[in-house]
Amino acid sequence: MLLNVNGEPTETDATTLADFLAKHGFEGAVVATAVNGAFVAKTARDNTQLAAGDQLEILAPMQGG
Amino acid sequence: MRQFYGTELANGFMLGTALYPSPAILEQAFRQSGASVATVSLRRESGQAREGQDFWGIIRELGVHVLPNTAGCHTVKEAVTTAHMAREVFGTKWIKLEVIGDQDTLQPDVFALVEAARILAEDGFEVFPYTTDDLVVADKLLHAGCEVLMPWGAPIGSGLGLNNIYALRSMRAHFPDVPLVVDAGLGLPSQAAAAMELGYDAVLLNTAVAKAGDPVGMACAFAKAVEAGTLAATADPMEPRDMAAPSTPLIGKAFLS
Repeated sequence: MLLNVNGEPTETDATTLADFLAKHGFEGAVVATAVNGAFVAKTARDNTQLAAGDQLEILAPMQGG
Repeated sequence: MRQFYGTELANGFMLGTALYPSPAILEQAFRQSGASVATVSLRRESGQAREGQDFWGIIRELGVHVLPNTAGCHTVKEAVTTAHMAREVFGTKWIKLEVIGDQDTLQPDVFALVEAARILAEDGFEVFPYTTDDLVVADKLLHAGCEVLMPWGAPIGSGLGLNNIYALRSMRAHFPDVPLVVDAGLGLPSQAAAAMELGYDAVLLNTAVAKAGDPVGMACAFAKAVEAGTLAATADPMEPRDMAAPSTPLIGKAFLS
């Protein structure tokens, strides 16, 4: 199915948020996630089902002032 | 020194982590200046590049307090969601709350700021609100649950210094027990010293160091200025006066005319 991940169209066969992170290079990474604008805690990723068209935001530490 | 949500900082120097020429220079600027707090942010991560992971490794090694921000947020919802994401990633309840209201000046939208602060404080966050020097807004932020205030000195990245010393002095006088931080707009160490001399507890800056020709040297200069200003405030500065007052005693002066 096709998702929108960090603003980019992304094809995946992942069914959950945790599954998506594991399959797309985020294994072990320190990231925070949101689906369709709502924060999804790390502990909830296993149970967060993905659907076609979902908007994922995957954020990591970055420089800031 | 007043405490920040129960934390006593080694000094009042809070330094941003953006805009440095290289990660190595960023690291040196912190290590040599001794800044006690590093502000950080969250941005989109690529599963291939994983740039954020390297950056986070550098910051963790510094051993400083980490203050995540909500930079770039323009609405309450954006800021609150970003704060939740930051709390999980950085493992801290501290949040530098920014809700921008004007694109030219990056002035905070103080109405949205107060609302977001209330939501976050009720949710257990320890909010450091980036605000203006308006006393009424400051009071509302305190009632919303903030225990720290961070008025701007001047617009972010402008380097203009303390645009309204009267307002900053008034804020210090109105809220004698609240930790106050001048956040944004500082361009020179002398301005940081002036903020500390007013009795502020800390200064927060980024561009003035990161964009200096020698960021490490400038970070050290700011550190010394913060220390000097802190010592001066503690030493109870004299009151200025309009007319001269001789410092050399007149008693015993020779009669030579």
